Amino acid sequence: MADYKGIMAYCEISDGTLPSISIELLGCGRRLADDLGEELCAVLVGSDAGRLAQEAIGCGADKVYVADDPLLKEYQTDSYVSVMEKIVRQVMPQILILGQTSVGRDLAPMLAFRLDTTATLDCIGLAIDPDTKLLQRIKPVYGGNAQATFTCDSYPQIATVRDKAMSPLKSDASKQGEVITIDAGLDPSAIRTRLLKKVKEDEGGVRLEDAPVIVSGGRGIGSAEGFNQLQELAALLKGAVGATRPPCDNGWTAPNRQVGITGKIVSPDLYIAVALSGSIQHLSGCGQSKSIIAINRDPEAHIFNQADFGVVGDWKKVLPAFRDKLRELLSE
Amino acid sequence: MRIIVCIKQVPDPAAPPSAIKVDTETKRVIMPQGTPPVINPYDENALEAALRIKDAHGARITVISAGRNLAKTVLRKSLAAGADDLILLEDAAFERLDSYATAHLLATAIREVGEYDLILCGRQAADTDAGQVGSGIAEILKIPGITAACKVELGNGKVVVERVVAEGYEVIEAPTPAVVTASSEIGELRYPGVKEVMAAQKMPITVRNGQQLGVDVSRLKSLNMASLSAPPGRKTECQFIEGETPEEAGTNLALRAREARLL
Repeated sequence: MADYKGIMAYCEISDGTLPSISIELLGCGRRLADDLGEELCAVLVGSDAGRLAQEAIGCGADKVYVADDPLLKEYQTDSYVSVMEKIVRQVMPQILILGQTSVGRDLAPMLAFRLDTTATLDCIGLAIDPDTKLLQRIKPVYGGNAQATFTCDSYPQIATVRDKAMSPLKSDASKQGEVITIDAGLDPSAIRTRLLKKVKEDEGGVRLEDAPVIVSGGRGIGSAEGFNQLQELAALLKGAVGATRPPCDNGWTAPNRQVGITGKIVSPDLYIAVALSGSIQHLSGCGQSKSIIAINRDPEAHIFNQADFGVVGDWKKVLPAFRDKLRELLSE
Repeated sequence: MRIIVCIKQVPDPAAPPSAIKVDTETKRVIMPQGTPPVINPYDENALEAALRIKDAHGARITVISAGRNLAKTVLRKSLAAGADDLILLEDAAFERLDSYATAHLLATAIREVGEYDLILCGRQAADTDAGQVGSGIAEILKIPGITAACKVELGNGKVVVERVVAEGYEVIEAPTPAVVTASSEIGELRYPGVKEVMAAQKMPITVRNGQQLGVDVSRLKSLNMASLSAPPGRKTECQFIEGETPEEAGTNLALRAREARLL
């Protein structure tokens, strides 16, 4: 499709800054653009987004399209889909990439259907097919039990990229690029969904995604009290508590602690998996951890296939001794 | 009130990972023998959300599913749980459709149903994890769409949804009709009793093929999967730490972890 040209990266803004996923997208977009010998443009949408344009250029963009409007302060499906539709129709990129975040997984499919194309969500790899020049979208399927490569010949080719799946470029603050302002031109009547409020569930301490150590519990923990013990170990190691789905569903810990394909994708230095079997769904969220320690009663538990160190035993007996010895070793 | 719930039949995601094989030739996963398909768990969450609205305010729930060789016994679970009608869109051409075709097909069937207040879907399916059909239906029908709901309330011509986001949740309101996709936080589908399961097997269901729906099946695109492979695993050999007692094993684990500079 000759009319569609270049790569576009939608760079999400979080608390007035470019989060790591946006920087990673620019790195990924840069590589795709160089493969095709085309330009990479970044898109910034928000209420004071323009001041991040230079940073986006430094991280790999040739051009930055900025849509600033007080109405765009918070992400809302209808207003963002409408702005993105306008920008895409104007720029006509052949590839549009977004982050697989709360925003990206909502925005990408709706925008794709608005543009009469389809998106591929949660990609862990993107490449250009050397023959067809189509975008190859590599993603886990069947809950992580298999990995598929998809292509699609309708344009623009849209994909969302998983957090931490792509490496960023080394930022170059002196790099030059063009900044183009886009008038959002929002039609209030087209905005049907309304954000009434945002509720932040305080994780208390280190953010799961940023924690160098994560102590995660599964169904075997059995209670909220059990999670307090994990919290105690996490606090000692200056880390955070994670969980598989059953503890979240049972209310033993907050839903936003869930690590897995539909929860959070984490890659700490150390992941301590306690009383969790290691379903593929869960491992898809923590398999990139540098080291994994597993404690489980079942010697056949799948988690041991992924762990560096393991103890087969009742966590209620193993964990306190492990914690006490660590406390002693760390205070030396 | 009329609620439409879209459900998909998928290979059982709870099957043990070691028993699932990937056939790279046919680009399919092979489930262990005797593992029947199930209703996609997120679609079950969507049905549960619909049933709670029915409990509170009364509603007629119409369930729609599309595919080829649909396992009717499996899908009838929706009727056993409390849905009122089940419409199956079944045709040889409906196999392995992509999200675009699936959304268009479901939207066609939904238009046939006529009046409705709410359409509920799962946030994604446990097979392809594509996560697009709900948003697609909203766009095709030109109605609002809200994704990843952990709570859904319907009334007074609007739907109020709590949407799961990384930091917590958002409360979003939209006029009806609207599409809402359900996340697992909604809660599991209620367990139908034996009597309900028996009764559901006898309830009439509607089956429609492509021609009856007026769909040009030659234009339906199937999933464009170039390849399917086993997932790349972590290359590790687990070192098991032992002890006379579990406590001693715990102590030894701490010593070993420290020695390996993990902590």
